[in-house]
Amino acid sequence: MGHESRLRIKTLVMVLAMVVCANTGDLLLKRGMSSIGAVEFTAEGLSHAFRLTIFNPTIWMAIFFLLGFMICYMTVLSWADYSYVMPAGAFGYAVLTVCAVAFLHESVSIRRWVGVLIICVGVMLVGQTKPRTTEVPASQKVAA
Amino acid sequence: MIGTFLLLAFFLVATASGEIAMTYGMKATGEPARLRPKEILQFLGRAVRNGWFWVGVPLMAASFYALLILLSWQPISFVIPASALSNVVGTLGAKYILREEVNAARWAGVVLVCIGVALVSLDSIPAR
Repeated sequence: MGHESRLRIKTLVMVLAMVVCANTGDLLLKRGMSSIGAVEFTAEGLSHAFRLTIFNPTIWMAIFFLLGFMICYMTVLSWADYSYVMPAGAFGYAVLTVCAVAFLHESVSIRRWVGVLIICVGVMLVGQTKPRTTEVPASQKVAA
Repeated sequence: MIGTFLLLAFFLVATASGEIAMTYGMKATGEPARLRPKEILQFLGRAVRNGWFWVGVPLMAASFYALLILLSWQPISFVIPASALSNVVGTLGAKYILREEVNAARWAGVVLVCIGVALVSLDSIPAR
């Protein structure tokens, strides 16, 4: 397998991991915060919400996934172009919409489907460009 | 309204510059030798010792707070599609600061993603 193909595959894997971690983290955070209830903006209300947050396993799982997203994001930026990774990350909107239909049986409007389709075309256009267009310093060249 | 546009401009610049600083720092750190836990942990250790990482983090935090303030000032139907412009500003930064090669296909992709995100976000707004 050529260097270009290896670079493309490992970038794709990391972007997919980013999307999965970000979406899972957001969903878990939403579920965790909903179980805590509306936070009152008083000293007592905030400290009560903080205590509930600390002992909520769903929120810890959310933090774990969001940390995973940050690690994947930092790692992929160490080799791939920012202008390649940023639009590719928008693929998460498409994944979320498909999950909403498949697992939550939500109805999705035509406008949202059009948006998802446009994002997919945009991501495919970016995806067929080279993941890295800048030079790799000789001191940093490693086996992919 | 001038305040909104100034804050929107600040948000777009802070988002793009924060992520560009982060990219610069990660490129300077160098990629992990292999995608295994030990090598990734070593990479993260090197990354947090890079000054550009600590330039990027406060800028990204500032962009987050600017977005929160924008949401408190203006309807979400204006803020979220307008914030999708950060993709365009980020791509300009990638081209002129990071010297990435942004060809016509990549530009077209970025513009389509912006339009798509705006459409999807508009549809996610709860009816009032």
